[in-house]
Amino acid sequence: MKTGIGVFIAAVAAIGLSWCGLVLGPQLQLGGEGITTVLNSTDEYPLQPTGAENLGQQVYRANGCAACHTEQVRQTGVTCELTLTSLGVYKAADFTAFARSLFVLPELAKYTNALADAINGWNGDMPKTILTTPDKTIVEEMANRLKAVGVKFDLRILATGPDISRGWGSRQSVAADYLYAQPVQLGNLRAGPDLANVGVRKPDMNWQLIHLYAPKAVDSSSTMPPFRYLFELRKIGSTPSPDALKLPSEFAPAQGYEVVPTTDAKNLAAYLASLKATVPLYEAPFTPVIAAKP
Amino acid sequence: MNPTVKTTFSVCTNEIDASCRVPLLALFGGAALWLVAGLALGIGAIMSFHKPDLFADCQFLTFGRSQAAANDLLLYGFCIPAALGVLLWIFSRLSQTPLALPIVPVVAANLWHLGVLIGTIAILTGNSTGHLWLEYPRPAAVLLFAAFLLTAVTAAATFGFRQQRDLFPAHWFLFAALLLFPWIYSTANLFLVSNQVPRGVVQAIIGWWFGNNLIFVWLALAGVGMAFYFLPKIAGKPLGNSGYAITGFLTLLFFGTWAGIPQGAPVPAWMPTLSSVMTALTLVPLIAIALVLWQTIVRNGFKCGGGPFCFIKFGMLCFIASTILYISLACPRYSRVLEFTWFGTAQTQLQLLGFFAMILFGAIYEILPRIMEAPLPFPKAAKAQFWITGLGILLFVVPLAVGGLEQGMKVRDAAVPFADASAVALKFLRVSTTGQLLILLGSLPLVLNLFVMTIRWKVALLKTLISAIKAPLPEAEVKA
Repeated sequence: MKTGIGVFIAAVAAIGLSWCGLVLGPQLQLGGEGITTVLNSTDEYPLQPTGAENLGQQVYRANGCAACHTEQVRQTGVTCELTLTSLGVYKAADFTAFARSLFVLPELAKYTNALADAINGWNGDMPKTILTTPDKTIVEEMANRLKAVGVKFDLRILATGPDISRGWGSRQSVAADYLYAQPVQLGNLRAGPDLANVGVRKPDMNWQLIHLYAPKAVDSSSTMPPFRYLFELRKIGSTPSPDALKLPSEFAPAQGYEVVPTTDAKNLAAYLASLKATVPLYEAPFTPVIAAKP
Repeated sequence: MNPTVKTTFSVCTNEIDASCRVPLLALFGGAALWLVAGLALGIGAIMSFHKPDLFADCQFLTFGRSQAAANDLLLYGFCIPAALGVLLWIFSRLSQTPLALPIVPVVAANLWHLGVLIGTIAILTGNSTGHLWLEYPRPAAVLLFAAFLLTAVTAAATFGFRQQRDLFPAHWFLFAALLLFPWIYSTANLFLVSNQVPRGVVQAIIGWWFGNNLIFVWLALAGVGMAFYFLPKIAGKPLGNSGYAITGFLTLLFFGTWAGIPQGAPVPAWMPTLSSVMTALTLVPLIAIALVLWQTIVRNGFKCGGGPFCFIKFGMLCFIASTILYISLACPRYSRVLEFTWFGTAQTQLQLLGFFAMILFGAIYEILPRIMEAPLPFPKAAKAQFWITGLGILLFVVPLAVGGLEQGMKVRDAAVPFADASAVALKFLRVSTTGQLLILLGSLPLVLNLFVMTIRWKVALLKTLISAIKAPLPEAEVKA
């Protein structure tokens, strides 16, 4: 470090290394990523957004929505759930006796208490969850034994974590979810809730529009600022606009006026309603609820 | 560095300072105005949390826009140009030669400030790029890049002409800062603000890489470099063990540049894991730098009495605190709670204002009287600035960090409604806004001192010019 050239070489080496690792590396690994398929299916994912949804994303960007909202769900683990759906020819008491006979199995040792709690005093109500564990092999072992005696059951894999318990998604977000996002705005603050699956929770465009115009009209505890500048307050002409918002009386405009969403507001609502990552993928597996209970 | 050398070169020192005057005024003047604008805009932005209806009809001041514009004004408007000014002065002082190509940084300063103006207007009118810390669109980015390169050329030329061939620790840090910014800024812009952007989440990864290298590494390089120059100089004592300094420098570069990928990111797991390990390793440069500071400040027992030394000492304490917060954010265990809360905002603002801006205040107050060859017009206001800003930073950052922690605990417990978590954070925001107001108030003495000195100097220049015009021609010329 006595000479300028030493400092220069050290700095170039350090920055160059991190450039290769965190710019070039990810680009080589993920830059060529294309459309993938849904787990156990031939459906393609993600779907190409519509024009309005793409324009809505630009409204999302322009107004800095990502300053308060994230678009990513985190997951802490997975859990496997074994649920009985039919005992076939057996009665509940038969099954309880059968399950108790399994307690001697060494691999089940850790779960005998939970199993006993689940089946003690069970009157045969279906469906009945008898085993919940993050260990897939145990559940599969149990499933094989149940299959052998002709008991019908559902084996489900569920993602776990606070984000998922809050209903913000059914699995963690993965790189494939953002293939069509431009720009990708993951956000870094949750002053408001996560939006990765807001289209699942609130698919209704009118709800989205009213929420943008007056958040308190649909959620009294909301801290979101209203975005009235995305709407036009105007005198009702010869016929009221079909787009006019149907607002609760305390948020409604004066008599003879109507609130009409601008194109920006409509596009933004379309974008928000389109945000859903509901399908299982290879890197983020789970058993969709709809498939399990048709 | 050493007092005897200083007196020998005293004539030369005046010349060096004079050569820096115009470029530094151009850089500092605009920076000070952007600082006030950025702080005021930041308060305007946070008002949306106190009174959500306030800007419901004004798209330019909606939180998402004004917050980004305010942060960029602090970083690109104040921190970087002011640091460049200080860097030029340090380089010419350490080289013991007048600033080379003094007109170039004047042009660069004006280009830079124009870029910041364009960028700010673009964000407020909804033309931000949508990438954190890279919100300025292409026209502004090109101006900033060109301006930085021009300043770096001046710095490199001054460095090349140096009389004193030895390198000081301040040199390493500032030299690396000069190299780092063009690299990361061009990479980020070419990847993210070009016509051919990478698809998908690669954008976010490059964004994080850029943000970390700018907010964490660049500010650390420039800030520590400045502190390593000014602290021993003001105290009149040598800098602590240079072995620690070299360790701090190298490990900061080799580990720090890998930090920044959030733990919950939807990317292949090796990236957050590697990044987390590297962030934890930045404890090494942190400890090394802290040891150097300990040897330089505490062992000497130098009393600062509210002067520039105090600002820089406070800044370095904030650097240590901010780096510890940064490491805790990257630790998977804590990041599950702290990620996506106001805690992250607290860390960033501590880094920007507590660490970097405070060091700049100290440096500017130290440099101004020298380059202007006049004492500060309001030295008491400058002293007051230290206490007001220091208190403001504590009031701003501590509630945000504690509020973020509490918010994170509530969000983590799915049984607590999300609205409760937001409400908890709101309580702390009320206090932190008071801190922001104090910081704004504290920044006014800087503007006052800077502009009164500039105006006095310009008036004096004008008077000389007028008297030169009015003066009767010397007889020799009349005859001719």
